[in-house]
Amino acid sequence: MLRKTAALLGLSALLITPTLAFAQDDAPTMGSDIAEACPAPANISGAIPVGAIFTISGAASVYGGSQQAAVQLAVDQINDWGFLGDGNSINILFEDSASENEQAIAAMTKLVDEDQVVAVIGPTLSREAFSADPVAQDAGVVVLGVSNTANGITDMGDFVFRNSLPEASVIPGTVADSVSELGITSAGLLYGNDDDFTVSGYEVMLSELSDAGVSIVGEETFAAGDTDFNAQLTNLIGANPDAIFVSALAAEATPIIQQARSLGYTGPIVGGNGFNSPAVLSQTGEDSNGLIVGAAWNGSSTNPLSTAFVEAFSEATGNPPDQFAAQAYTGAWLIASAIRCADSTDRAAIRDSLASLPEIETPLGLFTFDEDRNPVHPSITQVAQDGVFLPLISEEEPAS
Amino acid sequence: MNLTQQIVNAIWLGSVYSLFALGYALVFSVLGVLNLAHSAVFTWGAFIALTAVLSFSMPIPIAALIGMLGAGIISFLLEKIAFQPLRKRGAPRISQLISSIGAAIFLVALAERVFTTSVQRFPLGSIPDDPIPGLPFSVTPIQVIVLVAAIGLMLLLQALIQRTKLGMRMRAVAYNARTASLLGVNVSRIYGITFFLAGALAGAAGTLFGLAYNSMDPSMGEAIALKGLTVIVLGGLGNIKGAVLGGFIVAAIEVFSIAFLRSNFRDAIVYLLLFLILLVRPQGLIGQKEEVRA
Repeated sequence: MLRKTAALLGLSALLITPTLAFAQDDAPTMGSDIAEACPAPANISGAIPVGAIFTISGAASVYGGSQQAAVQLAVDQINDWGFLGDGNSINILFEDSASENEQAIAAMTKLVDEDQVVAVIGPTLSREAFSADPVAQDAGVVVLGVSNTANGITDMGDFVFRNSLPEASVIPGTVADSVSELGITSAGLLYGNDDDFTVSGYEVMLSELSDAGVSIVGEETFAAGDTDFNAQLTNLIGANPDAIFVSALAAEATPIIQQARSLGYTGPIVGGNGFNSPAVLSQTGEDSNGLIVGAAWNGSSTNPLSTAFVEAFSEATGNPPDQFAAQAYTGAWLIASAIRCADSTDRAAIRDSLASLPEIETPLGLFTFDEDRNPVHPSITQVAQDGVFLPLISEEEPAS
Repeated sequence: MNLTQQIVNAIWLGSVYSLFALGYALVFSVLGVLNLAHSAVFTWGAFIALTAVLSFSMPIPIAALIGMLGAGIISFLLEKIAFQPLRKRGAPRISQLISSIGAAIFLVALAERVFTTSVQRFPLGSIPDDPIPGLPFSVTPIQVIVLVAAIGLMLLLQALIQRTKLGMRMRAVAYNARTASLLGVNVSRIYGITFFLAGALAGAAGTLFGLAYNSMDPSMGEAIALKGLTVIVLGGLGNIKGAVLGGFIVAAIEVFSIAFLRSNFRDAIVYLLLFLILLVRPQGLIGQKEEVRA
């Protein structure tokens, strides 16, 4: 009975929707492809509670503030548009995890049990996600990580999603771009051999380099916590590689770059996610020139949705967005899209809808989830130049 | 060029290890106890110097002295709080060792609170880190400074212990605290001074380490703590010259195992050698037998 009414209402909504979708400007807008694919919801009404847990204070607050601003921007756009149907809106509830796992758990419990949210965006840090996401999984609430890159995040359960590219998905593109753009034929490898994350990064680098026909002239290892890499780097530099590929954590990135440059190495250093940080650039100064890292997003992308996002974010906050903002903004839109396509506020229906979303244009590029609820979208290869990351391959001209 | 550079690398790394191990060895020589909080004091010295530079815009040499002083005071308090009460009650040495582990955990946790867990560094350009030109190998001015500081502090410490009244009292306490006390030496004061000196050495090591590697976080002491322990066991527990010699030997083994074998084997070779040396010379390379140590 209810279902029949729903179908009828849905049908009538279908007839109304096109006018809404075409009411938008000619300029591409976020969500327009979903607006075409899914009719405006008919079975939901009022303010739909959605939670967001970010580390707004504490050690990693630099990320959380940016994420909160981006989600707020997305929610404002969604509500102004009436993306979830006329008169309906997302009621976004922000919680601060303060960079602490315990507080992330408390925030998740509050959102899920008391506020009865239909989905949660966050938490910011992977370790917070490992602590707090099981709460959402047990309650059957979608949790969408927008900055968790550690291995195994989505292994926590079928309600756990992320839109932040794990490192293993970024490295192949980084290797391919740097090999083709810089004409690399020989490479030296340096990696931490006692950490899952750095070893898996190394394995992906090695197989991609071998596939590209690059000869490996040296492989060196170090242990987590090491600060002196002079001996390993001396060996690698002595083998005279075109480029040095490094799989290391953030703490090791700075000393590795500095020691390589002090030893007289001037060639490219290609790094994993650990090197993708403005802090690494500011701490190494001009030593970081020629550092190549992959990223999920770069502010100078010419993707029209990305430039529109940069403009809107800068206008709203007075600051240009970073990668975390772009991912958080996309995350909020993904949740809204899942609600729209589910045409329901049922938690399980939203999960199924999110898992089966069609490919969608986002500031991160054409986006979809794979069967493990991990993101699939193009990564961008960046090169550090005078303290900023620029795209290695200009998007206007095709790679030579 | 490769081999020359690796020798330079080994000498440089050796001076870092030696500098750290000096304070370790000093405390052991006088108290006969391992102070496992030494690495936490090292971290605090580095961060106190960093704060002096970042928040009070002090020049590096002054900041380094403040780091040494601050670390010395922390080490002094450590002795009064974590060691003295146990010693006064005649607790076994192992209790003091455990107490120092507790103190280390507390100091590192406090540092995480105060200085946050993120990686920090001295401002760019505050130390000359471009290689000295005109040499057939690469060495930076800060590397030379650390080498000179390690050797210089070792000589100073050696002179202090062998040639001054204070040093004589320290040696007397080391030989037998009870006898020294009967002869009029204020044992408690000697312990306090010893810890202060060891702390100041740790502070100097921490500051120079932070300057040299440009990468400081509250857990920076943990990695070097184990190396420092290896160094003093190898050199001879509680032997100042042994600490320096051990530092250079451990560094040389590390660097040359990377240069001639594989970096994967580095730690395996270091600890295998340590094991072999202890098998042949349990007292360490230039350590003395327990009964004649002073």
